Amino acid sequence: MKAAVVVFPGSNCDRDLAVAFEQAGFDVSMVWHKDSALPEGVDIVGVPGGFSYGDYLRCGAIAAQSPICKAVIEHADRGGYALGVCNGFQILTETGVLPGALLRNAGLKYICRTVGLQVATSDSVFTQGYNAGDVIGVPIAHHDGNYFADADTVKALQDQDRVAFTYEENPNGSVADIAGILSENRRVLGMMPHPERAADEGHGGTDGTAMFRALAGMVTAA
Amino acid sequence: MKARVHVMLKNGVLDPQGEAVRHALGALGFDKVEGVRQGKVIDLDLAEGATEADVTAMCEKLLANTVIESYSIEMA
Repeated sequence: MKAAVVVFPGSNCDRDLAVAFEQAGFDVSMVWHKDSALPEGVDIVGVPGGFSYGDYLRCGAIAAQSPICKAVIEHADRGGYALGVCNGFQILTETGVLPGALLRNAGLKYICRTVGLQVATSDSVFTQGYNAGDVIGVPIAHHDGNYFADADTVKALQDQDRVAFTYEENPNGSVADIAGILSENRRVLGMMPHPERAADEGHGGTDGTAMFRALAGMVTAA
Repeated sequence: MKARVHVMLKNGVLDPQGEAVRHALGALGFDKVEGVRQGKVIDLDLAEGATEADVTAMCEKLLANTVIESYSIEMA
């Protein structure tokens, strides 16, 4: 099993994400933003958190136009697996791989704390290690995590069971308490909370481990 | 040749920064402010021959996220 983690200038969760993949049994390669191709045989791409390109213009906007993102989009279009966390979620919405956008938090403040996440569906490789309705503790650390999509898009996400996680107590104003969503083929997950920061005893919580373990058991190359 | 692009959050998209500015103005005693929307202005220096269609393409591809933002272009 091979994972690739994309590194942009300003990424700061890339190594955490790589460690979480490694601990689950993946061979991980780091891929620089100027690269135009993913390594051969990559099963899943991780788009990490951070502040790619300084969050200039909009969070994720410049990263979405980078050479490696073209390869990530092609990978997703081929039916490949991808996980975008925090800034990675913002980047995946900017590329159009996932619908909607992330706005400034409704309370305007940067929020960094562990929140309760409800698993909204267990029907994906990312969430099959949980039961729908489970509440897990996962840290958030963002200023622009207020998920927005128009009413039709939100309804489609709900009707197609593509909301992966919702907040127990909405910290940032996200529409319908949405914390993470799946692509139409359920192989791309974008989420603001950081499962890779809840994947080791030293983190103070290991509720994210089940995601990486489940991924290791399921993904197949695209 | 220059172009000025205005990027605003679409109507119906909550603008928490605009709201914060409205509250601050109210706190300063400006009690006739009923709403504030905050946006961006982007000035472009363009080479000869650039057209408004070029700037529109730039807005669609990068300068605005049309999921949440609208834009207008002034060519000068």
